[in-house]
Amino acid sequence: MDRVPILKIGDVLLVSIQGDLDDQSVLTLQEDLAERVVATGAVGVIIDITAVEIVDSFVGRMLSTIAGMSRMLDAETIVVGMRPAVAITLVELGLSLGGLRTALDLEKGIALLGRTASAPLDDLSAVGQ
Amino acid sequence: MEQLSITSNDDVVIVRQKVRAHAIDLGLSLVDQTKVVTAASELARNTLVHAGGGQACIEVVQNGMRRGLRLVFSDNGPGISDLDLALTDGWSSGGGLGLGLSGSRRLVDEFTLDSDPGRGTVVTVTKWTR
Amino acid sequence: MTVQESSSRRRIEDLMRENEDRLVDRWVEISNAPLRGRVVDSDVRRELRDLLRALLRSSESPDGGADLRGLLADLSRTRARQGFTPGETALAVFTLKEAVYELVEADGGEEVLHGYISLSRTIDELGLYTFEAYTAAREKIIADQTEQLLELSTPVVKLWDGIVAVPLVGTLDSARTQVVMEKLLQTLVDTGSEYAVIDITGVPAVDTQVAQHLLKTVMAARLMGAHCIISGIRPQIAHTIVTLGIEFGDIVTKATLADALAFALRQSGVEVVNRRRTRVSVRAEEA
Ligand SMILES: Nc1ncnc2c1ncn2[C@@H]1O[C@H](COP(=O)(O)OP(=O)(O)OP(=O)(O)O)[C@@H](O)[C@H]1O
Ligand SMILES: [Mg+2]
Repeated sequence: MDRVPILKIGDVLLVSIQGDLDDQSVLTLQEDLAERVVATGAVGVIIDITAVEIVDSFVGRMLSTIAGMSRMLDAETIVVGMRPAVAITLVELGLSLGGLRTALDLEKGIALLGRTASAPLDDLSAVGQ
Repeated sequence: MEQLSITSNDDVVIVRQKVRAHAIDLGLSLVDQTKVVTAASELARNTLVHAGGGQACIEVVQNGMRRGLRLVFSDNGPGISDLDLALTDGWSSGGGLGLGLSGSRRLVDEFTLDSDPGRGTVVTVTKWTR
Repeated sequence: MTVQESSSRRRIEDLMRENEDRLVDRWVEISNAPLRGRVVDSDVRRELRDLLRALLRSSESPDGGADLRGLLADLSRTRARQGFTPGETALAVFTLKEAVYELVEADGGEEVLHGYISLSRTIDELGLYTFEAYTAAREKIIADQTEQLLELSTPVVKLWDGIVAVPLVGTLDSARTQVVMEKLLQTLVDTGSEYAVIDITGVPAVDTQVAQHLLKTVMAARLMGAHCIISGIRPQIAHTIVTLGIEFGDIVTKATLADALAFALRQSGVEVVNRRRTRVSVRAEEA
């Protein structure tokens, strides 16, 4: 089983998913992230899926769960780098990933985090839904 | 034709990888590859989670001019008593999103679900080249 | 095949093996006659000799046919590309009968004649197979060309830093819309653009499927972290969308491409100011 490394840059946690994760590794990542958000008091989590070739309902649910959990812990989650083929497939699969915020790439994800971190939550819900 | 057994999370990963390799060989477009691999992932996981394991069979088929990738997932698990319900978006007997079956049906060109309650389930999907 | 049939078949195949050179020469001669110099004799000779050997091998091994079909498919593909008709392609196979018959006549034995009938059936099947392979090859060529045309007819253009547009003109069918969708999304990634304008001013009508594809494009772009604006929806199309009951929901729509561009510029923090002469002043957004 691979453990996905979590990097801390300033008060942002960065996870870059490489390769094809089995379901257990996905769950482990979910738990690790929640722990690290609490331990570090991070204000943002960026999950980079540039290298991910498919997102099925299991991984999709993990992304939504992480976003929901970190929001409760007062951190915003942004998923960056979703490939077009993956996005098209997710739409067809019927996964809406509601509430999940996304950006084209890492740089834009960080900018989005900076822009909205201090903004009131109501404004956030309109972005990237 | 390739026969794989599904008894662990690792096997689900292997199914995804083998299906991808066959889809590339067959010349499916990137989007179609992604769709069929995603469907395979959902169905392999169902086999593992809901039936405690089973088999996946990957096969290249031909229909007149067209070639396609056919995947058959079979198990001897508890089966599904209400097929329509199982195929409903959002219906799950456990805590799932209930999108595995209904969603993968939308990702492929042909989809059949056969189940004998108490005996097992067979899901057959086909993706044709364009 | 009965025991008797297979023994007579073996007999004729032995005869063919023994006379390979002569047989191939005659076969090349007969099959090239109607093509009048459109092929190179030495190429054809090599092709047909390989085919003959594969044919003779195929009855020896249970899966020998695969090799033979592969060669036939290759032959059909090259001929389809060179512009031969399917009839001319199949003839290359059928003429083997004539060449073999000359051997049969020379031998004169009854068993060989029986073998010839069985072989004849096999050659018919192979000839038909080249028809299928030829058609498949043509289809592939046509499909590739269609794809290239689709690519050409849907240019994705960059309007501004971070804003791309695809002006659609003409009838949209499901296949074309899908190609546009994929190309647009890929351009967003390649150019790092967060805004995409889909302009359908030049589209006379849409059906349910096309409207669904547009909708899915917008949703997929959102998942990727980009925003789509649809501009130029004609009244008839708006009517179709409403009557079909398709939920366009919170998708941003604008009357014209210019309106869409202005909206995207505003959203991305670029201010467009109307001076005495129209000038655009750009103020970088505070990060
Ligand atoms: N191979 C199987 N054997 C027995 N029951 C199955 C099988 N596959 C699916 N089912 C039943 O059909 C239901 C719907 O399956 P589906 O994959 O759509 O949803 P899910 O697995 O519950 O959730 P998820 O969205 O995470 O896949 C399951 O909850 C399960 O009850
Ligand atoms: Mg499932």
